[in-house]
Amino acid sequence: MSKKQNKKLLTREILTQALIGSVKKLDPRYMIKNPVMFVVETGFFITLLLTIFPGMFGEGDTGLRIYNLIVSIILLVTVLFANFAESVAEGRGKAQAASLKKTQKDTEAHLLNQDGSETLVSSSELKKGDVVMVSAGEVIPGDGEVIEGIASVDESAITGESAPVVRESGGDFCSVTGGTTVVSDWLKIRIASDPGNSFLDRMIALVEGASRKKTPNEIALSTLLVSLTIIFLIVIVTLYPIGMYCGVQLPLSTLIALMVCLIPTTIGGLLSGIGIAGMDRVTRFNVIAMSGKAVEACGDVDTMILDKTGTITFGNRLAADFFPVEGADRSDLIHCAALTSLHDDTPEGKSTLELAHRLGDNSQEIPGSAFVEFTAQTRMSGVDLPDGTKVRKGASDAIEQYVKALGGEVPADLHTHVEKVSSLGGTPLVVCKNKQILGVIYLKDTVKPGMAERFERLRAIGIKTIMCTGDNPLTAATIAKEAGVDGFIAECKPEDKISVIKKEQAEGKIVAMTGDGTNDAPALAQANVGLAMNSGTTAAKEAANMVDLDSDPTKILEVVEIGKQLLITRGSLTTFSIANDIAKYFAIIPAMFMAAIPQLGVLNIMHLSTQNSAILSALIFNAIIIPCLIPLAMKGVKYRPMSSGKMLARNMMIYGLGGVVTPFIGIKLIDTMIAPVLTALGI
Amino acid sequence: MLQLVLTLIIYLILVIPVGRYLYHIAAGKQTFADPVLNRVDGAIYKLSGVDPHKGMNWKQYALTLVGTNAVMMVLSYLILRIQSIPLLNPNGVKSMEPALAFNTIISFMTNTNLQHYAGESGLSYLSQMLVIIFMMFVSAASGYAACVAFIRGLAGKTKDNVGNFFADLVRITTRVLLPFSLAGGLLLVWQGVPQNFSGNVVVQTLEGTYQVLAMGPVAALEIIKHLGTNGGGFFGANSATPMENPTILSNLIQLYSMMLLPGACVITFGKMVGDGRRQQQKSKAPETLLPARREGITARLFGQEGRSIFLAMGILFLAGLSLCYWAETQGNPALAEIGLSQAAGSMEGKEVRFGVAQSALFTTVTTSFTTGTVNNMHDTLTPLGGMVPLLHMMLNCVFGGKGVGLMNMILYAILAVFICGLMVGRTPEYLGKKIEGREMKLTALAIIIHPLLILSFTALAVATSAGQAGVTNPGFHGLSQILYEYASSAANNGSGFEGLADNTLFWNLTTGIVMFLGRYLPIVIQLAIAGSLMKKNYINESAGTLRTSTASFAVILVFVVYIFAALTFFPALALGPISEHLTLWG
Repeated sequence: MSKKQNKKLLTREILTQALIGSVKKLDPRYMIKNPVMFVVETGFFITLLLTIFPGMFGEGDTGLRIYNLIVSIILLVTVLFANFAESVAEGRGKAQAASLKKTQKDTEAHLLNQDGSETLVSSSELKKGDVVMVSAGEVIPGDGEVIEGIASVDESAITGESAPVVRESGGDFCSVTGGTTVVSDWLKIRIASDPGNSFLDRMIALVEGASRKKTPNEIALSTLLVSLTIIFLIVIVTLYPIGMYCGVQLPLSTLIALMVCLIPTTIGGLLSGIGIAGMDRVTRFNVIAMSGKAVEACGDVDTMILDKTGTITFGNRLAADFFPVEGADRSDLIHCAALTSLHDDTPEGKSTLELAHRLGDNSQEIPGSAFVEFTAQTRMSGVDLPDGTKVRKGASDAIEQYVKALGGEVPADLHTHVEKVSSLGGTPLVVCKNKQILGVIYLKDTVKPGMAERFERLRAIGIKTIMCTGDNPLTAATIAKEAGVDGFIAECKPEDKISVIKKEQAEGKIVAMTGDGTNDAPALAQANVGLAMNSGTTAAKEAANMVDLDSDPTKILEVVEIGKQLLITRGSLTTFSIANDIAKYFAIIPAMFMAAIPQLGVLNIMHLSTQNSAILSALIFNAIIIPCLIPLAMKGVKYRPMSSGKMLARNMMIYGLGGVVTPFIGIKLIDTMIAPVLTALGI
Repeated sequence: MLQLVLTLIIYLILVIPVGRYLYHIAAGKQTFADPVLNRVDGAIYKLSGVDPHKGMNWKQYALTLVGTNAVMMVLSYLILRIQSIPLLNPNGVKSMEPALAFNTIISFMTNTNLQHYAGESGLSYLSQMLVIIFMMFVSAASGYAACVAFIRGLAGKTKDNVGNFFADLVRITTRVLLPFSLAGGLLLVWQGVPQNFSGNVVVQTLEGTYQVLAMGPVAALEIIKHLGTNGGGFFGANSATPMENPTILSNLIQLYSMMLLPGACVITFGKMVGDGRRQQQKSKAPETLLPARREGITARLFGQEGRSIFLAMGILFLAGLSLCYWAETQGNPALAEIGLSQAAGSMEGKEVRFGVAQSALFTTVTTSFTTGTVNNMHDTLTPLGGMVPLLHMMLNCVFGGKGVGLMNMILYAILAVFICGLMVGRTPEYLGKKIEGREMKLTALAIIIHPLLILSFTALAVATSAGQAGVTNPGFHGLSQILYEYASSAANNGSGFEGLADNTLFWNLTTGIVMFLGRYLPIVIQLAIAGSLMKKNYINESAGTLRTSTASFAVILVFVVYIFAALTFFPALALGPISEHLTLWG
């Protein structure tokens, strides 16, 4: 499931699967789901019949056997190509699913009975509500909620992230996923889903495309394609008597060839593949979309509600300044702060050291120092130097208590400094040397690099960003300005999020948000696009329509772009497919009538060699263009954020104009290639 | 050339105030004539027991429209069948036979005005007034009412009220059709068009021979014929005869009276939709308002959304006009060969007082605005010149008949938006509403109807002996004649290629059916689309939204129309006019 995997469009495995799949899909009962291709298949059956029994529909000319055979073969290939496109997309999804499935091995579970005894059962027998005990080294047998215990869990099977995460009962870190491994300690887990319906099961089904439903936009587009097919059916059916009237008897296979060329086979063949590939692209970002509809909705997002901490900023963790208290020396403060941080691997510690170095401090580790690690009980860390000096840094009240216990005094202006830092939206860390408090480290909330540019990009495509934070309005405004978001909600409570979502939706906007806590669940459900973090609670994941396995809230930005890319791909290939018709008309119409009406030869602007080669060239082009466009359909068209007008002009030039010009060139090329072959065959 | 440009510039100047006036009427705003006309309307409402303020949803509106039209058809059919009675019948015209009466009634009620009879000999003055002129008013008013209801749906001020059909019918008749007809009719009388009840007059000409001059209430019919984009002439030769269209001035009056209202409809659309958007903007919290975009001059005159539609229609119109004018100025090589000078262009079937330019303009206008009146014989146009009117009836959205053309163009706009919307990475939206499966289904259905009617009936006609019997010039031109007849019927245009011997049971019945379906099916479906869109919530407009008020959207719209509508007919056109042209010049 890592991002590097499966970058290649086709592996051998997918290719074989797809080839088998494309033949299997010839079943008319399956084909009817795709009416455009079903018409092509019907055309194939008719021309096949005409090959075996020429003239069976009352046509006088029975010398068309080879010609009919060629037409029927091309039609069959056209259908196979379309099926192949769909199979490739499905195959790529299946490959993803297979790697997920590996984690879904049947495991043994220690089921806790009412009386407290343990029974060994298979994980597949676990039902919702069962309580199991998982100890270190064991695989968690199913999705559930921790009801007792605290342990670190390796979730790399799902997320690809190798560092274990802490799971504990209560709070936002109580949700565990089946297939992950407990690394240390133990957990008592209440199973939250019935067998076959776990989060992983559903993910696999979604990725495989098994539970894929057509999205609303796909349905609307299919309607358009079907109506085009009907229109061209009318054209072709009526053309026969009209041609007769003008003294041209059109061979049935030629009419079918024209028909297949005109109906939108290109997009008809690629449409479902585009949809599956879109889902797949989201999956490659380690985001599981619960439906294609959710991905589609991403393209329409107008407003993004983003949490400040974790999404826009790193959190209150990076040292920005040192404030010595009255009577303390600033360089002494910096020196001591650096000393305590030499072995402190937290962002706070690292950044303190970095800042100290920048400010000219060159503290080295003094041999014989004993480092004291941060614990939840002491809430401070530090170092005992060889000379017996104890340097500590930690939360303000913890250090105060520590100093008081040693008989020290709390300087009068410490609280002023602590409050000043808090009011700036930062977190104060107090530093002391033995019983003397030296001052405060200002841990500033820092905006992640590149965020401002990303918001600028979003603004260019019309997406407004709103930052939610628990900070006071002043701090929130500072951060908002720095990050370049369009709006912010300070002192934000969970219900504020829902109300702002509702307000935006009342204005007709599509809202996206990310969240992880249980109290985010209602807002996630209310939002049109809710991206839950995999580290979040089950409730949040149930409420959201997407889950990010890496628990990286900034991913929502990429997901929106993928949604847009999916829609653009669909629109561009539709435009391309329809624009192709112009050239096909100019190939086939003169060819059909030139025998009876030689003047129409003027319309043969491509100078195709013979009538039959003109018709067959158009038909071959029509078939070949499908596999040629498969890579584009799978990868999606290039997306760059720009205004709608520019984007439309750009895509119109490439796919509209390109769709007009390409077939002229393609058909001419094919014609020069097949003309000699056809002459040799005598048709 | 200059006269064409001048004529069109004057049109552009005139259409704006008319558009504003129409908008005021459609939106129920104040107009200068209210003090008088409110009383007139009030009296009509009282007399007929109509409550003009009672709103209708789209279903009620459509049902009322079709029902009202049906009642009028039955009554008018009876009148045609008994018109031989000596009431306003100085020329002793006989009653009409059933198939022809069936065709005539549908033809006029559907605003088609396809005439399989010659007015002079086929209709009494009573029928001309009670059936023909009456229907010219109500069919135009019905089409316009449907359009106004459609626009109200798109503007979406309410969730299901598209207005009251009766009120719309009355208001549009008393405030637009009647006063405009009165003024225009008097202008025509000034130019010499007869308006009397006397019988035909026999005069001795300068050459000494005798000639029968047909008389009657011609001017009254003539003006509403154009104003209502009806097109059925008082006489068989329609506006080509000096009795209907004597001078270049009367020709201009007729041109403008058919062009003004369909163009004005687009302006009405632009302004009403603009109102809807503004109302929506106002309801938003003020701080979320987008900085108000500066409205350009065209946006103020035509409405944001109106201008792109108007531009698209304009481009299609000019493309057609240029082709027609060019083809006609080329003359006819076959005639040149036998020594007839073609320096003035192809003058066969044209009136000397109008010449090639005014004839080409009139031909393009009458088919674009689906009037169907002719000031030259379309049958004798050069093949490509004749293809333009044919094509414009096939497109049926180049301004189009009263209101209906706009509604058709909106269908294409929905199609364009669907494709372009995807290309900017959003699910499609038009006028602030999402275009989803239901709208696409209805749009597709409405768009299929037109080619289905034209092509399947053409196929039927060329495949049956009854159909082929009507063709006077077999071959490619015969195909053009048949195509033209059904295109004219389906588009509710009514002009004829006139080469077709069409007063037979086959032609009367089939064109009757085509006219009926071509009129009411699309109107009902289009109202359903409006009804479906108005129920939806407005969606937000942002920098990522596809702008449909721009010139580039207009250009895309033109392409969509050509690709979806014209390509459908390309094989038929290739066999008809294009083959004929290539044969002629080959």
